[in-house]
Amino acid sequence: MTTAHTPGAAAPGRLTAPAIEVTGLHKSFGAHHVLDGVDLAVPAGTVYALLGPNGAGKTTMVNILSTLLTADAGELRVAGHDLRRESSRVRAAIGVTGQFSAIDMFLTGRENLRLMADLTHLDRATAARDVTALLDRFDLADAADRRTLTWSGGMQRRLDLAMTLITRPRLIFLDEPTTGLDPRSRREVWRVVREQVADGVTVLLTTQYLEEADALADRVGVLDAGRLVAEGTPAELKAQVPGESTNLDDVFLALTGHTVAATDPAAADPSTDTTQEMTAR
Amino acid sequence: MSAPYVVRDSMTMLRRNLRHLSRYPSMALMLIAIPVVFLLMFVYVLGGTLGAGLPVAGGGTRADYLTYIVPGIWVMTIASVANGTAVSVAIDQTGGMFARFRTMDIARVSVLTGHVLGAVTRTVLGLSVMILFAVALGFRSDAGPAGWLGAAGLVLLLAFSFTWLTVAMGLAAGSVETASNTPLVLMVLPFVSSGFVPTEQMPAGLRHFAEHQPFTPIIETLRALTAGTPVGSDGWLAVGWCVAIGLAGYLWARRQLGKVPVR
Ligand SMILES: Nc1ncnc2c1ncn2[C@@H]1O[C@H](COP(=O)(O)OP(=O)(O)O)[C@@H](O)[C@H]1O
Ligand SMILES: [Mg+2]
Repeated sequence: MTTAHTPGAAAPGRLTAPAIEVTGLHKSFGAHHVLDGVDLAVPAGTVYALLGPNGAGKTTMVNILSTLLTADAGELRVAGHDLRRESSRVRAAIGVTGQFSAIDMFLTGRENLRLMADLTHLDRATAARDVTALLDRFDLADAADRRTLTWSGGMQRRLDLAMTLITRPRLIFLDEPTTGLDPRSRREVWRVVREQVADGVTVLLTTQYLEEADALADRVGVLDAGRLVAEGTPAELKAQVPGESTNLDDVFLALTGHTVAATDPAAADPSTDTTQEMTAR
Repeated sequence: MSAPYVVRDSMTMLRRNLRHLSRYPSMALMLIAIPVVFLLMFVYVLGGTLGAGLPVAGGGTRADYLTYIVPGIWVMTIASVANGTAVSVAIDQTGGMFARFRTMDIARVSVLTGHVLGAVTRTVLGLSVMILFAVALGFRSDAGPAGWLGAAGLVLLLAFSFTWLTVAMGLAAGSVETASNTPLVLMVLPFVSSGFVPTEQMPAGLRHFAEHQPFTPIIETLRALTAGTPVGSDGWLAVGWCVAIGLAGYLWARRQLGKVPVR
């Protein structure tokens, strides 16, 4: 491509190129191998769900793919760019809604969206239009001019997602986007994911719920202790589970031979430092 | 990332920072109130006694003491505002805003320049309040425009350097609470300098420390500049300390920018 790309409007020929290509991804924190040789390919315009319990390495995976952490080893391409060498082009293409809402609590909802629009270098008219449209779409218009500190957790979560969308990403990472949400907000998030995909956007989401992976994903990868232990369409995965159960414990037992609770030796250890140094770039 | 975006993104971040200030003026007022209280307490409660101990002919007065401690109070004001910077940086770090910014294709430095420029703005506001306050209490200066210009320059340099140091402290803190405590050392150190009593009156060990810590030459320089007396070698020491502290803070901050909050 020679011309500057318009986010969200990839050339038709690119739609079939993988949005994410990962081979041999390794990441350790000290002696703890959090990702232990992960291979992953996500075609553009599809939804991929990383399914796994607490401590499986989902957030670490998202942090690496979204340029926040560097991998120890592995061949990684995101949105067609080498993750290490072209990280700023990767950033221009992606949007991230992390596991915990990252919004400015001192600003109003409208100001939060406006901040993201300004940092995306949208012109005034476009920014104003998109802000209003997103506030309406996420049912936040009534509270838009109140400080987000006073908002409910569900509203904050929806705003976080709106802040990601206003940057017009071609590839979106959603880290446990519905954990802790009420059923209505969860449906809302699902609807947004489907709309994005209909527009040609690629979505990689992580979840602890098989039901969610089933409802949204084209392909599901089961992450267990840093390895992808199973991968396939939701139907293929469910076929491996005896009976009718969609309970994650049952899926895990069937796929890994052990239960969810037994997978994370470090999860019980809250003593780890609160922040992690990234390799200098 | 092209140059226009460095400026544009930095301005966006500065606007955000100033909006925080206008939303929560009470936070900034609290930070300025601390040195105001110290000024009042030192002048009116202790000023008579401490003024008498000043090395002027026949012993100084309360008014002499006011003039004596004003430079130290300015330095405290700068330290106090810098404390607020550490807190707001820690809020962005632990709250995930920095991580969010870092996944966006924006000028990297803008993430910090917003905080730094915002802090310098708050410092200028705080110092203006402080100068007016001191004048209202009776502070007078014999210095000409050159002296005041020099003092303003040094004060800005100090503000800039403390800001980088406290940005780094805020990033390193890991929690907002820690971030509000670490910079307190900057508030306490002026007491063990020539800011409030001449170092000659301290016991030997303390005196040695007071004479060689950065605040003493900085305060002595400000005192000379605002009194219109010769600055001497303290001037270069003061500038040197500011540059060294600022540079150390900047490098420390830069090293920590890659940290990802873990919750
Ligand atoms: N910065 C870090 N330092 C040390 N260990 C970490 C760090 N981040 C994550 N871990 C560990 O890596 C494992 C995977 O964590 P994470 O990727 O957050 O899992 P998930 O998102 O699937 O719950 C956990 O055992 C966690 O304790
Ligand atoms: Mg996680």
